[in-house]
Amino acid sequence: MNHSTSRLSLALACLFSVALTGCASSQGSKEEQAAKVSVDPNPYPSTYTPIAGETTVITNATVLDGVGNKYENAMVHFADGKIVAVGEDLEIPENAKVIDAKGQWVTPGIIDNHSHLGVYPSPATRSHNDGNEITDPVTAEVWAEHSVWPQDPGFGRALAGGVTTLQILPGSANLFGGRSVVLKNVPDRTMQDMKFPDAPYGMKMACGENPKRVYGEKGGPSTRMGNVAGYRQAWSDAQDYMRKWERYEKEYADGKNPKAPKRDLQLETLAGVLKGDILVHMHCYRADEMTVMMDVMQEFDYQIGTFHHAVESYKIADKLKENNVCSAMWADWWGFKLEAYDGIRENIPAVHEAGACAIVHSDSDLGIQRLNQEAAKAWSDGKRAGLDIPMAEAWQWLSANPAKSLGVFDKTGSLEAGKQADLVLWNGNPFSTYTKAARVYIDGGLAYSLDDDDSWPVSDFELGQVGEGDVK
Amino acid sequence: MKKLALLITASLLSAPVLAEKVAITGGKIFTLAEQGTLDSGTVLMTDGRIDRVITGTEVPQGYRVIDASGKVVTPGLVGSMTSLGLVEVSSSAGVVDSSVESTPITRTGAALDVSYAVNPDSSLLGVTRIEGMTSAATSVTYTDNLFYGQGAVITLSGDAPVLKPRAFMVVNVGESGANDTGGTRAALWVTLENALAEAAAADSDLSPTQDWHGLNTRADVKALKAVLSGDMPLIMEADRAADIRQVIAFKKRHNNINVVLMHGVEAWRVASELADADIPVILDPEYNLPGGFDQMGATLANAARLEAAGVTVAVGMDTHNIRLATQHAGNAVANGLSYEGGLASLTSAPAAILGIDDQLGSLAPGKRADVVIWSGDPLEVTQVAEQVFINGEAIEMRSRQTRLRDRYLAVQEEQARRPTHYVRPD
Repeated sequence: MNHSTSRLSLALACLFSVALTGCASSQGSKEEQAAKVSVDPNPYPSTYTPIAGETTVITNATVLDGVGNKYENAMVHFADGKIVAVGEDLEIPENAKVIDAKGQWVTPGIIDNHSHLGVYPSPATRSHNDGNEITDPVTAEVWAEHSVWPQDPGFGRALAGGVTTLQILPGSANLFGGRSVVLKNVPDRTMQDMKFPDAPYGMKMACGENPKRVYGEKGGPSTRMGNVAGYRQAWSDAQDYMRKWERYEKEYADGKNPKAPKRDLQLETLAGVLKGDILVHMHCYRADEMTVMMDVMQEFDYQIGTFHHAVESYKIADKLKENNVCSAMWADWWGFKLEAYDGIRENIPAVHEAGACAIVHSDSDLGIQRLNQEAAKAWSDGKRAGLDIPMAEAWQWLSANPAKSLGVFDKTGSLEAGKQADLVLWNGNPFSTYTKAARVYIDGGLAYSLDDDDSWPVSDFELGQVGEGDVK
Repeated sequence: MKKLALLITASLLSAPVLAEKVAITGGKIFTLAEQGTLDSGTVLMTDGRIDRVITGTEVPQGYRVIDASGKVVTPGLVGSMTSLGLVEVSSSAGVVDSSVESTPITRTGAALDVSYAVNPDSSLLGVTRIEGMTSAATSVTYTDNLFYGQGAVITLSGDAPVLKPRAFMVVNVGESGANDTGGTRAALWVTLENALAEAAAADSDLSPTQDWHGLNTRADVKALKAVLSGDMPLIMEADRAADIRQVIAFKKRHNNINVVLMHGVEAWRVASELADADIPVILDPEYNLPGGFDQMGATLANAARLEAAGVTVAVGMDTHNIRLATQHAGNAVANGLSYEGGLASLTSAPAAILGIDDQLGSLAPGKRADVVIWSGDPLEVTQVAEQVFINGEAIEMRSRQTRLRDRYLAVQEEQARRPTHYVRPD
């Protein structure tokens, strides 16, 4: 959708309706319809502008295209912000900048679908504590984008690690934590300047220990069964809310003059999920709890897009595949709470091997800087356990699968022709501790270059302070 | 009498099989000792001790030979700062012996002694030791007191885990320490100096009947005596350069005290002063964000710059995932630390800092036979410990996590699925 147009037409419709209403009241007619009330699904549109790029051909590289293919001594051609072609023998356009990448690797940019950068930024002071609206177990009405502080130095650090797109989620204190926002990792003045154009919204939900710990002594839920009752009641309320709007729409279409239901921002987001417009990202560790949630999903006819953390996905990989739910996982975090006690190093490859969707995520301002190493650990641990997954396939955990989880795989997440030129040139094999991102391109623009310290992002917060522009 | 019998039994249990002689041959050996690195050598071990390390693969008679050709051999890794054995599940589940609430035995915290609290059956020890870590410093990590009490050095295998009780004392002299001491460094340092001065002035054996109204309790005084004599390292946690300069000034005031800096995010800014004062640093080399105003100078180059100035650097602060210290050290190497410095930061450096380098942290005659055979470069994320020896014994390379893995790999392979509780993989 072209947002500026839709906003304009809405405004015009209002003007028109004011005129009509005025006319109607002057004539005293009861048959005239009031202006139809409708809701703008995108009131805070992206103002992102890509960094200007140039037609570029990277040559002699080892290339993982992100959809399972590996090319040796290959070329990657991108122009006008889009991937043009990947192959072993491409024609180099006359005006192209050619980068000889002998010994280097090219991959799609890393996509982290679980970050709290900007909502739990550095410095991690109380005044920056903007990730959890801990006032009610159901806060589907809050939007993470209204907490994002674009001056978080963490964005720049993640960029140096090859992260080109990231989802900022509310925290996991609440059953329904609110909406997420997807950002292009080009740190800029405002959240809107970073917002991924036309990415669908996500909504955060949380299972297990966190909600019951936070609300156990604040009116509940205090148990896992209380959590589930909370989800079910909220979905029921959302269904009721949808029926009210459907009735309004129908009566209006029938030429009647119905009163529009009062807008409820909480139920509006939940209804957005039930309609399939908003993707569900659910913090859930235990296999049995994830399975209960998939039952609730069937009961209320919505789709859980991704279980996050999903420490026990390896126990139910078959069920996750069956229900088409992704798992976003760490390589090796475990034990910090009981629901994380059964973490194993082979979780990610086990999920992949079962044919379910596996994602490497960070949930950490340090972890996000080396997600390639997280994938490398999972890949090698899987291999030793007999889950022999080629690197080219494993890279799906870092780009294609998170892109699917965020609903942007038609735009980014692989080096397929026509997609946004979000890619990383690594100074070696990215499945190694010693390899770094040499260059990071976002929409074809050079957003980071390891050997050019002028290209290293410096946030307002760091400007004029100790450490400004240092090796980060 | 009964007590004595118990002690004898315990020491027998922890001893390795008598006269077991093992030779690990053919590996690339990093001794982390005078012998340096041997491209192809043999480690000879007897009764839980290193006999010697020799070039080549010719094994004297009487040794059981373990072929490590094409592999890498290092000393067992030493966790620089953990709560291993004190914590099972950190949040809402227990057991947590690493967190201290107010209790009458201590006023400054110095008296606390974690050597009573170590559980060798903790699942964390099994998960950690199969990844090459064979010993660790373990300590209280949460307290409102000035000191975190007396930490211990433990081995990660056997029924008698404590190698060195009352091995070190931790104090936070940064933001967190200030917050717990009147909310300001102005109170923190005066409190610290007075607590130490009081311990120095007190009789060496304060009797329980003697009148005592100190800043410390009697038990605190006793613990601090060991700090004042230099026998027990004082590990001072601080991040900003200004606080680290105070640590250096403290060391100048108290020449006898064995001062170690921990965390040290801005340590690189005072690297040569730290080297001159002979203060080693335990740090997290991946920490590169201004998490607060004391960490504005955070940089990935911290470890490399300290090494270049001549400061001893140790890496490895965590508990459940202290096993990832190899990755942290690898990232320090990726950012300029020497490769040998990276290995030393996990072995000889923490052993020296903790005052147990006569036993741990290197492969040299007489040292405890904690040895790891790696599939390749230990600092590379895709390589692993293939066989770990603790006190000369090849440990079983299984943990609760590998058991879970094997159960569910079996479940996936089975055609007719059984209830999972009946699946007991080999």
